[in-house]
Amino acid sequence: MSTFDTIPQTRQEALVEILLRLADDRLILGHRLSEWAGHGPELEEDLALANIALDMIGHASALYEYAAKLDNKPDEDFFAYFRDDIDFKNIALTELPKGDFAFTITRQFLFSLFSYFLYKELIEIVEEEQFNGMLQKHFKEIKYHLRYSREWVLRLGDGTNESKSRIQNAFNELWMYTGEMFELDKAFEAAIEHNLYSDVTKWRPEWRSFVNSTLTEATLTLPDYEQYMFTGARSGRHTEHLGHLLAQMQFLRRSYPDAEWK
Amino acid sequence: MTESSTHTTEWPLWEVFYQPSDGKPFEHAGSVHAPDAEMALLNARDTYARRNEGIVIWVVPSDQITASSPEDRGPFFDPANDKAYRHPQFYSVPRAVKKRK
Repeated sequence: MSTFDTIPQTRQEALVEILLRLADDRLILGHRLSEWAGHGPELEEDLALANIALDMIGHASALYEYAAKLDNKPDEDFFAYFRDDIDFKNIALTELPKGDFAFTITRQFLFSLFSYFLYKELIEIVEEEQFNGMLQKHFKEIKYHLRYSREWVLRLGDGTNESKSRIQNAFNELWMYTGEMFELDKAFEAAIEHNLYSDVTKWRPEWRSFVNSTLTEATLTLPDYEQYMFTGARSGRHTEHLGHLLAQMQFLRRSYPDAEWK
Repeated sequence: MTESSTHTTEWPLWEVFYQPSDGKPFEHAGSVHAPDAEMALLNARDTYARRNEGIVIWVVPSDQITASSPEDRGPFFDPANDKAYRHPQFYSVPRAVKKRK
């Protein structure tokens, strides 16, 4: 059953919805990053990307576990492995194929910067102790992801002609997927009322000017279009890529539902 | 990753040191490749500091380290072999000092 456009009625429902949205973004992007394992441009970058992948999947796992407890689901695996693409609430930015190194770095930078602003706000307002503790713990790792990806944006932008054109292309391509980060639907509005989510539109200009100053420092140009922004993934209307990703990620668990680590 | 070892433009090598805790001397962890010092620091963190190994990292360009050569081993270290009195264990603790414990 899809949770398509359902509106949370209670505080608890609003919380579960937020946990799942945060977790889905992190699981899907974490999985995309994990695809670099063994394929990184250098051994050191291979490790760096795998580390970030592990961090993000770890964040998702903690969020799912909490959601499972609140929502009377068996465990975190239920959310990761036994839902179909229409039930996933991640934004499209996180599900796009990994592309080249510049594409991966650009996406990580845009997403980690968004996470940075979001978590900073949430830590201030969220009253639930367990949720807030989780956010504080993950925030430290987000700061590192931001630092790593920002340093690479600077180096690729201000690097060779090839690296510069690749990362500029990545920004141009990904820009239309950044709109979804700042969309507020009924579920987010309900969560904002309960101090469970931040009014992201408030700090969107700050996010944008941080991107802009990084791009300027990297001798790159901020994509100058806002006309067309991709939308719909949060409520289940995903790109074609998510289904393929899930098929790969879920098949083992679904084929052997009772399998255990020995 | 597979091709990088044959690149002629391989990144420079950096030696990584970490301090296990406040006041402790830095220990050599290993080395990483990186295009510059800041990335060397991040790579060192990702390679050697994922399990709470320390609190501070140093990275040093490997070619900036002056090392003794294997031939130096004799003149540098052998003379110490028969000078046991350079170790504190050589000396017995006077009874009066022991008693105070």
